[in-house]
Amino acid sequence: MQIIKDKQIVDDSWSFVADDAELKDGNISVSIARWKKDKQQLLNSSDKIGVRIGPADSVEDIAADLKDIPLIELDFPAFADGRIFSHAWLLRGRYNYQGEIRATGHFMRDQVYYLSRVGVNAFRLENPEDLPVALNALNDFSVSYQKSIH
Amino acid sequence: MYQYNDIDQSLIEQRVAQFRRQTESFLKGQISDDQFRALRLMNGLYIQTHAPMLRIAGPYGLLNSKQLRKLAHIARTYDKNYCHFTTRQNIQFNWPQLEKVPDILEELASVQMHAIQTSGNCLRNTSTDHLAGVCIDEIEDPRPYCEIIRQWTTLHPEFAYLPRKFKIAVSGAKLDRAATQFHDIGLHLVENDAGEIGFRVLVGGGLGRTPIIGQVIKPYLDKKHLLSYLEAILRIYNLFGRRDNKYKARIKILVKESGMEKFSELVEKEWLLIRNALELDNGRIEATKAQFAPPAYEADAAQDTGFAQHQLENKAFATWVKYNTTDHKAPGYRAAFISLKAPDTAPGDMTDTQLDAVADLADRYSFGEIRSTHRQNLILADVKQADLFPLWQQLDGLKLATANNGTATDMICCPGLDFCSLANAGTIGIAKEINEALDDLDYLHDIGDVKINMSGCMNGCAHQSVGHIGILGVDKKGVEWYQLTLGGSSENEAAIGERLGPSIAKDQVTKAITTILDVYIKQRLDDESFLNMVKRVGTTPFKEQVYANN
Repeated sequence: MQIIKDKQIVDDSWSFVADDAELKDGNISVSIARWKKDKQQLLNSSDKIGVRIGPADSVEDIAADLKDIPLIELDFPAFADGRIFSHAWLLRGRYNYQGEIRATGHFMRDQVYYLSRVGVNAFRLENPEDLPVALNALNDFSVSYQKSIH
Repeated sequence: MYQYNDIDQSLIEQRVAQFRRQTESFLKGQISDDQFRALRLMNGLYIQTHAPMLRIAGPYGLLNSKQLRKLAHIARTYDKNYCHFTTRQNIQFNWPQLEKVPDILEELASVQMHAIQTSGNCLRNTSTDHLAGVCIDEIEDPRPYCEIIRQWTTLHPEFAYLPRKFKIAVSGAKLDRAATQFHDIGLHLVENDAGEIGFRVLVGGGLGRTPIIGQVIKPYLDKKHLLSYLEAILRIYNLFGRRDNKYKARIKILVKESGMEKFSELVEKEWLLIRNALELDNGRIEATKAQFAPPAYEADAAQDTGFAQHQLENKAFATWVKYNTTDHKAPGYRAAFISLKAPDTAPGDMTDTQLDAVADLADRYSFGEIRSTHRQNLILADVKQADLFPLWQQLDGLKLATANNGTATDMICCPGLDFCSLANAGTIGIAKEINEALDDLDYLHDIGDVKINMSGCMNGCAHQSVGHIGILGVDKKGVEWYQLTLGGSSENEAAIGERLGPSIAKDQVTKAITTILDVYIKQRLDDESFLNMVKRVGTTPFKEQVYANN
């Protein structure tokens, strides 16, 4: 599977483990609920563990754990759910999160520019054929009016 | 008037290129209907009953003659020779072809215009007082702040996918002519006890299905905190506004359901965390103000005697001056309304020929600038009194001098069932009927200040709930019916109109309106206005007559 990360198309090995599935080896991400429930076990893992956040989750809930989380996945259930944009801003702007923020789920390639401005630096598109177009869309605008993360 | 710099120009040109790519992708089937819908709406493009409708931004209602000529050109080349001015000071074309829209946007960009965020669930065009900068009751000109807000809202990356649309209005005068109490955020320039000028901030107002009057969330906000405070409100709304039901998704519902106290606590907490990083520096405020400096008024404009003489000699001119012009802060100048409510035209519509001609008149008589108003008329804001007579003569020749500003035939009216795919009922036909019934100007002037607002569905684009008389089209088993309300107002003493009674049939609407006006004429006290009489007597005397035969 390929994704866009830091303005490049790269291979990716992360996989999401659903709440009702067994944890597995390799770099995995889990829901915020599972992270809170199994935190100690997850922190003891020799692999990297990421956390997936949905629109209804609160970023504040994991603010204290962010130093231990190398990847936050912001998961769109529907492209129009704009809460994801504020979650990204809060992670970078309020909690100074330095790890990878990756958009996943049902977002559009036409949203990657705005997402990058609020601090998302990686994109897992539903349709990998869209990767080159999305990469170009990161440069849709060379100017902007207002402060955000970028 | 604000002139684009390289950043503004690059931004709108890049937006045109982006929208061209989006349209091409859609036409090639690479993006879905649903996805393109969100993308096109954010660029003002609706798919309507007959054809797409393109809404173009009129930033806080200000246009120049070059822009008006461009609108005329677009009307001729891409549409059916006319356009429509809306209640939020925007401009609509009803007949463009989807494939041609990127070309239209490119034409607009050449005169510093665009359609960015004129629709969709995002931050919309900021509107203001149509007499900003020239009225005699002004605390401070709101336009520089509108421009600062325009820039902040344009392509804001965090707030492009809000729960629902979001509208901001700014008023700088004592009389609120911008309906700020019915906006998601209303800003009033006010003076505090120390003599400093800042903003009173209102939140949660709105019309549509659930009309609500906005409440004060911040009685006084220092100007330097304007953008941080807006950002705090928007972040709280974006995170917590309802997304499960589009009819409950506006910020007014969030404010209502959480309660003002809790909502303002959330905003305050957020604001305190961001305000230092987002301060508006005085240099930027001053530089923006300089873009709205008054034009070079002639110091001796009030010396002219012809103006008074013409009024004595020509009754029609005197009437037009009385109704369609208003006082101006510069001696010897007046602001002149251009009525887009001629009896036989749809309210707010204007032809390409009229657009070109008004552009010429603006160049000749009003420093090349034109404004659009909340009540769907235009204004030449800076006319020397000596020029009013020739201006009137020329407007009259263009059918743009109907002396009905602020009267019962100066109706706000949405396009209704004839054009809009949301509408339940027709509006333009009824507006025409009411116009015909009230064609006696003396009678109309005797009635005086009556604001009739008519919408073809409960989305309420024509603000019927705040009309002195509101008319709302509803669908009853495929038949058009109309619900009347009385006593609404969008000005300082804001009020939502009260239902008169059961809805009435289409062929009874005009009769009902004339009946209501007759009751007013018969029962008013001295100089009592229609609105004041409704406040005094309630709806009963009107109701008795309107429903007398049913």
